[in-house]
Amino acid sequence: MEQTVILTENLTKRFGNFTAVDHISFEVHRGEIFGFLGANGAGKTTAMRMLCGLSRPSEGRGSVAGFDIARQPEQIKRNIGYMSQKFSLYEDLKVWENIRLFGGIYGLSERQIAEGTDRLLRTLDFEAERNTLVKSLPLGWKQKLAFSVAIFHAPKIVFLDEPTGGVDPSTRRQFWELIYDAAERGITVFVTTHYMDEAEYCNRVSIMVDGRIEALDSPRELKRRFQAESMDQVFTQLARRAKRSEG
Amino acid sequence: MAAIEVDRIEKSYGKVKALHGVSLEVAEGELFGLIGPDGAGKTTLQQILATLLLPDRGEARVAGFDVVREYREIRRRVGYMPGRFSLYQDLTVEENLNFFATVFHTSVEENYHLVRDIYRQLEPFKRRRAGALSGGMKQKLALCCALIHQPQVLLLDEPTTGVDPVSRKEFWEMLHRLKEQRITILVSTPYMDEASRCDRIALMSNGRFLTLDTPQAIVGAQTATFWSVEGERMPQLLKALREIPEVKSAFAFGDVHHITVAEGFTTAQLGQALAQKGFEGCTIRPIEPNIEDAYMNLAKK
Amino acid sequence: MKQFFSFVGKEFRHIFRDRRTMLILLAMPVVLIILFGFAITTEVNHVRLAVYAPSNDELTRRITERFSANDYFDIVETVRDPKQIDALFRRNRIDAVLLFGHDFQNDLMHTGQGTARLIVDGSEPNSASMMTTYAENILAGYRAELAAENATSLSPTILPQVKLLYNPQMKSAYSFVPGVMGLILILICAMMTSISIVREKERGSMEVLLVSPVRPIAIILAKVVPYFCISTVNLISILLLTVYVLKVPIEGSLFWLSLLSLVYIFVALAMGLLISSLLATQVTAMIASGLLLMLPVMVLSGMIFPIENMPGILQALSTIVPARWYVAGIKKIMIEGLPVSYVLKELGILSLMALLLITASLKTFKNRLE
Repeated sequence: MEQTVILTENLTKRFGNFTAVDHISFEVHRGEIFGFLGANGAGKTTAMRMLCGLSRPSEGRGSVAGFDIARQPEQIKRNIGYMSQKFSLYEDLKVWENIRLFGGIYGLSERQIAEGTDRLLRTLDFEAERNTLVKSLPLGWKQKLAFSVAIFHAPKIVFLDEPTGGVDPSTRRQFWELIYDAAERGITVFVTTHYMDEAEYCNRVSIMVDGRIEALDSPRELKRRFQAESMDQVFTQLARRAKRSEG
Repeated sequence: MAAIEVDRIEKSYGKVKALHGVSLEVAEGELFGLIGPDGAGKTTLQQILATLLLPDRGEARVAGFDVVREYREIRRRVGYMPGRFSLYQDLTVEENLNFFATVFHTSVEENYHLVRDIYRQLEPFKRRRAGALSGGMKQKLALCCALIHQPQVLLLDEPTTGVDPVSRKEFWEMLHRLKEQRITILVSTPYMDEASRCDRIALMSNGRFLTLDTPQAIVGAQTATFWSVEGERMPQLLKALREIPEVKSAFAFGDVHHITVAEGFTTAQLGQALAQKGFEGCTIRPIEPNIEDAYMNLAKK
Repeated sequence: MKQFFSFVGKEFRHIFRDRRTMLILLAMPVVLIILFGFAITTEVNHVRLAVYAPSNDELTRRITERFSANDYFDIVETVRDPKQIDALFRRNRIDAVLLFGHDFQNDLMHTGQGTARLIVDGSEPNSASMMTTYAENILAGYRAELAAENATSLSPTILPQVKLLYNPQMKSAYSFVPGVMGLILILICAMMTSISIVREKERGSMEVLLVSPVRPIAIILAKVVPYFCISTVNLISILLLTVYVLKVPIEGSLFWLSLLSLVYIFVALAMGLLISSLLATQVTAMIASGLLLMLPVMVLSGMIFPIENMPGILQALSTIVPARWYVAGIKKIMIEGLPVSYVLKELGILSLMALLLITASLKTFKNRLE
C-alpha cells in the first residue's frame, strides 16, 4: 500500500470574506511527482503556504510528512525542502557557501555537508564552479543548483514554486531529469508550473479553479476525460470556467 | 520604411557581453517576437530600442529615429512595457490610466477606442488599487497604459512571464487585435509555444540570434530527422534512448520524447534497439519539429 | 502644465496613501522639539566650583556669594594654595575653579581691571563651554551692578574679554531650536525626496516615465512640490511650538527667517535629488541620507557641540555642511534679533550651495537607465 505523505481534508483559507482556498481535499503519495496547477489567483500559493506550515488554515485539516500543518509547523519545516523562482539562493555567496549555509540550517554535520557538497557538485557537473558567486551563474544553472540544495538534507517532500520560469528549453528538461532522480530516491515532489508540457511529466496533476480543485488525476486520464490532446487544452477548458477573475 | 531597424548592436555590462552585434528589421504593422530564455539579451535589446540604454556599438532606429540622437522623438512614439509590473501599486486602475494619459499629453477619452476592448475587462475594478490586481489583470492594465497615447511602436518586454496559460492566450489575442490597427509590436517571451503567434521571430541565446525568420520557415529549415517516442516508464525510456548511439538527442516533450537520429536509421531499428533494453511496444513516429525542437537543436551547435 | 499638475497630484496621492509615513513626517518635528525642549536638556546644573581668593576682600566675597546663590553652581571647596587645584581636579572633586587676582578689589577699584580666571574641566567640551558661559554671565552681571553703584568715571572690568550674551536665562532651547529646524528640514526634504525617486527606480515605474515625453526637470519638480509643502507645514509647527510651548521668542524679522529657511529647503531638496540620482535602492538611499545628512547636521552644525570647541579639521569640515550656516543664521535672526545685514554671509553661502547642488543634480539625473 502506498504511503501517504500529504493529506488534506477540506482545507480552507479565508481572508476576510474572500475564500482563497475553498475546501480542498487530496492525497499525495511517497515518491510521487504531483503537479499543482491553476490560473493566477486560483489559490495555489495560499494552499502551498498552508502546506509548508507558513499560514494557518481557517478550516479543515492537513498533514505533511505525518505532521499536522496547524499544530506542528516546525516539524514540517524540518522535513520539507522549498524552492521558488523568486528566491532560491544567496546571490552574493559562492556556490559552496550556499550549500554549506543550507546544510547548516537543516542541522547537518560538517562531514555530511562536506561529502554531500562533493557529491552534489559531481552530479551536476559543477565542480569547476565551486568557488563561483551564484549571481554570475546562468539562470538555468542557478535553478538546478537551487533544487539540489533544496533536497540536500534529504527531505521527505520538496515544494517547487514555478521552478523553471524563464529557463532555456534544454536546461528546463535537465531540471526535470533532476526531479525524476529525486522522486526515484523516494522524495515526493510537489510542483507548480505555467509550462503545460511540464504538467505532462507529473504522475498526477491537480487543477485549481477559484480556490477549488476541479480536476485531479494522471495527465493521461485527464486528457481522456476532457477529450483533449494536451494538458494545455485540459487546463484551458477548466480555467475558462473561472468566475472570479480577481484574487 | 521599417518600423524598427537594428544594425549590429553590441552591448556589454562590465565584462559580460549581453549583445553580440545583433541585427533585425521589423516592418510596419508586424508582430515580431524575441524568443529566448532569461539572460539571452532580450531585455537589453528592448531597453536599447526604448532609448533607456545606449548601445556600445551599432545603430538602431525606431519609427525612423535614431535611438541615441533622436531619443526624444522616439519617446513620443513608442509604448513601452517593462518586464516587471511597473505601474503605481498604490494608485487605482483609473488613476494609473489617467496619469499615463496626461504624461503623454493626451486623455483617456481621446484614445479610448484603442484600449476599449482591454479596458472593458478592467472596468469593474477601476477603483481598485493596482497592487491588489491579479497577475493577468495587472498585465492588461500595463498594456492599456502603454497604449493610451496611440504609439506607433509597442515594445513589450516579457508581458506574459509568470502569467497562467489562459491569461497568456487572452493577452496574445489582444496583441493580434492591436496588430490589425497597424501598430508595430516587438514582444519578447521565454515561452517557446508563443512563437507561432508572431509573424516573424528571432530565437535568442547568449546575446546572439540563433535564427531569424517566420516560425514556419525556422521549423522547415530543420534538416535533422525528428521522431517522437512514447511508451511505458517514460523517464527510464529517456535514459535508454540516450544510450543508443544512433540517437543524436533525446528530450522529454510533454507526454512523448522527441529525438533526432542519425541518417539512415529506421523506426524499426529503433524499436528493436529499445526492445533489447526492455522497452517493448513503444510508439515511434516521424514528426514535424516545433519551435522548441528547433531552438534546442540550434542552441546545441 | 496639465501634465505637471497631474504629476504633483500623483505625488500627493502617494504620500496621503502611506498614512504611517505621513504621520511620521508631520509628528516628527513636534516630538523632536518636545524631546529636546524637556527631556534632553544640555544645561548643566550643580557645577562643583572651588574658589581661590588670596585677597579675601569684600568684592571677592560678594562675587563668591553670587555663585553660591546661583542654582548652577555649588561652592564645594575654598582653596588656600593654588597647588591644591590640580589634585582636586584629578580626584574629580570639582568641575571648575574660580581664581581671583592677588589684590582683586584694589586692582578693580583703582585701575578698573580686576583679574578673575576660571579654570574648567574640559573633558566634556559641551558642558565646559556651558559652565564658562554661566560663569561669565554671573561676572558680567556683577560688573554691571558695580558700575551702576560706582558713579565714578572708572568703569570696572572683571574679565578682559566678556562676551556679549543674548541668552539671559541661558535656556538650552535657544541653541537647539535652530538645530532642530536644520535637522528636520534636511530629513524631510532630502531623505524623503531621494527615497521617493529611488522608489520609482526600484519599482520600475521610472523606466516607463523615462520612455515618455516628460522632461526630467518636470519629474524632479513634481517630486519636490509635495515635500516642499510638508516642510513648510513643519517649519510653521516648529516655530509655533518654539514660541508658545518653549517660550522662546522670535527676536528678529520673520520675513528674513522664512527666506533663509526657503533657501535652506532648496539646498536640502537638491541634496536629496543628488543622492537619488546616484543610488538605486531605497535602502541605500535611506542609509546614505542618514549618514551623509543627519549625522553631519547633528554633529557639525553647532546644534549639539559648539563649533568653536571642535578641532580645526572638524571646523573646516563643518564649513561644507549647509546646516551649519543655516543654524548660525537662524540663531542670529531668531535668538539674537540681528538685522539681515548680519546674516548676508550665511544667506550668500546657502544660495551658492543651492545653486551648485541643483545644477549638479540636474546634470546627474539620468535620462536613461545608465
